[in-house]
Amino acid sequence: MQFALTDEQRMLQDSVDRFIERDYDFEHRRSLIATDEGFSDTHWKTFADLGWLGVPFSEEQGGYGGGLVEAGLILEAFGRGLVVEPYLWTVVVGGGLLSLAGRDDLLAEVIAGDLHLAFGFAEPQSRFDLADVATRGEKQGSGYRITGHKAVVFNAPSAGRIIVPARTGGAQREAEGISLFVIDPSADGVSVRGYPTVDGLRAAEVELDGVMVGADALLGGEGEGYPLIETTADRATAALCCEAAGVMQTMVASTQDYLKTRNQFGVPLSKFQVLQHRMAELFIHKEQSQSMAYMALVRAGQEDRVARARAASAAKTFVGDKGRIVGQEAIQMHGGMGVTDEMPISHYFKRLTMIDTLFGNADFHRRRFANLSGTARAA
Amino acid sequence: MDLELSPQDVAFRDEVRQFIADHLPQDIRDKMRLGQHLEKDDYVRWQKILYKRGWMGVGWPTEHGGPDWSPVQRYIFEEETGLGDCPRIIPFGLRMVGPVIIAFGTDEQKQQHLPKILSSDVWWCQGYSEPGAGSDLASLKTRAVRDNGHYVVNGQKTWTTLAQYADWIFCLVRTDESAKKQEGISFLLIDMKTPGITVKPIVTLDGGREVNEVFFDDVRVPVENLVGPENQGWTVAKFLLGHERTNIAEVGRSKNQLARVKEIAAAEMQNGAPLIEDPRFREKIADVEIDLMALDMTLLRIVSAESAGRAPGPEASLLKIRATEVQQAITELLVEAIGYYANPYVKDAMSAGWNEPPVGPDYAATLAPYYFNHRKASIYGGSNEVQRGIIAKMVLGF
Ligand SMILES: Cc1cc2nc3c(=O)[nH]c(=O)nc-3n(C[C@H](O)[C@H](O)[C@H](O)COP(=O)(O)OP(=O)(O)OC[C@H]3O[C@@H](n4cnc5c(N)ncnc54)[C@H](O)[C@@H]3O)c2cc1C
Repeated sequence: MQFALTDEQRMLQDSVDRFIERDYDFEHRRSLIATDEGFSDTHWKTFADLGWLGVPFSEEQGGYGGGLVEAGLILEAFGRGLVVEPYLWTVVVGGGLLSLAGRDDLLAEVIAGDLHLAFGFAEPQSRFDLADVATRGEKQGSGYRITGHKAVVFNAPSAGRIIVPARTGGAQREAEGISLFVIDPSADGVSVRGYPTVDGLRAAEVELDGVMVGADALLGGEGEGYPLIETTADRATAALCCEAAGVMQTMVASTQDYLKTRNQFGVPLSKFQVLQHRMAELFIHKEQSQSMAYMALVRAGQEDRVARARAASAAKTFVGDKGRIVGQEAIQMHGGMGVTDEMPISHYFKRLTMIDTLFGNADFHRRRFANLSGTARAA
Repeated sequence: MDLELSPQDVAFRDEVRQFIADHLPQDIRDKMRLGQHLEKDDYVRWQKILYKRGWMGVGWPTEHGGPDWSPVQRYIFEEETGLGDCPRIIPFGLRMVGPVIIAFGTDEQKQQHLPKILSSDVWWCQGYSEPGAGSDLASLKTRAVRDNGHYVVNGQKTWTTLAQYADWIFCLVRTDESAKKQEGISFLLIDMKTPGITVKPIVTLDGGREVNEVFFDDVRVPVENLVGPENQGWTVAKFLLGHERTNIAEVGRSKNQLARVKEIAAAEMQNGAPLIEDPRFREKIADVEIDLMALDMTLLRIVSAESAGRAPGPEASLLKIRATEVQQAITELLVEAIGYYANPYVKDAMSAGWNEPPVGPDYAATLAPYYFNHRKASIYGGSNEVQRGIIAKMVLGF
């Protein structure tokens, strides 16, 4: 049993924190999200140079031999600094899928920083059910013809490839019969309608209208996509919980500072006991969120499906529930300043709020956890 | 005890309901339904329609044009306008400075201001808060020094809601620096066109522009614009806080929004079935609905006590706390209901007249910004912490 980070892991997190401190102050972030692309290619190249893009992949696959834990630690630090570069989507999610499916060719481009990825797992009717896939992939000669609508596909406007689940068999909400395809967004029949998100990221509605792909576009076997999707979603969920934990760390620290420096009634707000106790609660929430995130991170890298899924769902439920409290309370204790665009705290709040919607919200994962845990006395 | 409305009250309710159905302009109704941004003109148009009908100045004496409604009728009016997608009445003139001028103003002030407040020809804003004076309002620093029949005002107000539309502002200013905090404050009416006033927008977290900073640089205000005696502004302000606060409950509006949650949850799918069929989501809605019922019944008890001639006291604090909590819980459910479509931020879709197809369902665009924006409800108008402090002090005697 060992929760402490190794020296390498600590150095990795330190270097991310240093990057943020040196090159990523809040005004810089503000200028990045106002650009067309919404993030910085220069930073992305820096991430590649520092090895962050290859860190979770094995050396055989061209990576640096870390794992999901390292990716999660990077995202935790990104959460603290509210970094918008699409590490989650290109590396953890897209790279994760490529790695599971053995597409080392494309993975090499990701690791080099030359390729961005998006994953169109949601559809307008699917809500959080990863098996609810209405998009069809019809066999056509040696390839496939894909038609469907992918909803709120993060990072799609910048992606050189979009990975989409499509149904090559089975009924609409069955896990069986889902195949994964790698699509080139410049192909005929693909339309990408991009937009910013409320937390300053980029996403798109992706319409696939009879898009033709070859057999080589298939990731994994035909009809065998679901286990890849689920594994990847659990890993992404764990990594996202780390980001949430990082966001909470900054929110709690900033609110703590604010209460110490804001005076009303002749004293700092931190002198009021009702606020002290509420801050103490927030402190507990952020500590426990970090514990849960780390648990999910470790379990997500392991083979046992149920252990992995339970850990991911438990962490996402916890982080969703407590994140809502931390977010709302941090804003409340900032008073009017909390609802301004000018204060970073409101941007952290928005990010934390939206994290709950990704890969299933607290209620979704609560149900999944309950179903996985069953009713036996010991789980 | 009797929970039913009298036949006269039922008739009044039907009359209000019919009037809204017939007279609320369709474009305004559409904006309200989609939660889109309202322009100044939208508010003014609707308020003028009510004015023509004689339904403005609720709570004002009839000699100044008030409709002379019973507390129950006021409750019904609030409820029906909330349920009926009507824009809220901008409170600064009609519910704040109007009653103050009626209670403390000179005849000249009444003649100059009340008719135009009633007819919505003049837009008012409220200049209380300052950067250093929020919850601790009495620590305000904006100074007014007498000079030759004028007050010369210097300082800064902040969080001033819709000051960009305002023709006049009512301010609390410090007229005696040597007195104790609450005792050196005066209540001044200031024409926003006076030289030396600058309004700067504060962008809110949802990207909206509803609050401002207002700067005063040697602004000369005629002494005739003082309301109440000099250095008695705190008394005036306290009167305002205690005055007719039952409308803050916004019960009708919350009932309307809760119905919207149900509509949206019926349209959103989960597992091939409408989200509304998910037992957990239904129970969450039920929780909020029960809280709203408790608020409504408490409000009605206060209204009925008022009908028996008792002035509302610190109950206003109770209503403010629970009403804003219910409003916020509803915005949470709305965001939750739409799943991934809470994420897109399509700014143009938040105003009317955008012709492109929506991203996701048309009701989705404004919901996350609405949730973010509504965090304000537990902060403004005396934060919920301050309201709890009032209950502790005024009711519990701590
Ligand atoms: C959208 C919006 C619109 C507004 N419109 C107007 C307007 O039109 N005109 C106007 O004059 N003002 C307006 N206000 C200002 C509003 O009244 C103040 O924001 C409010 O009084 C709180 O003050 P503050 O923001 O300075 O917060 P602070 O007073 O700094 O409070 C920060 C936090 O500390 C808590 N706190 C403070 N004191 C105590 C205590 N003693 N015990 C426990 N907790 C405490 C508060 O509740 C809050 O959570 C508006 C504010 C907002 C957000």
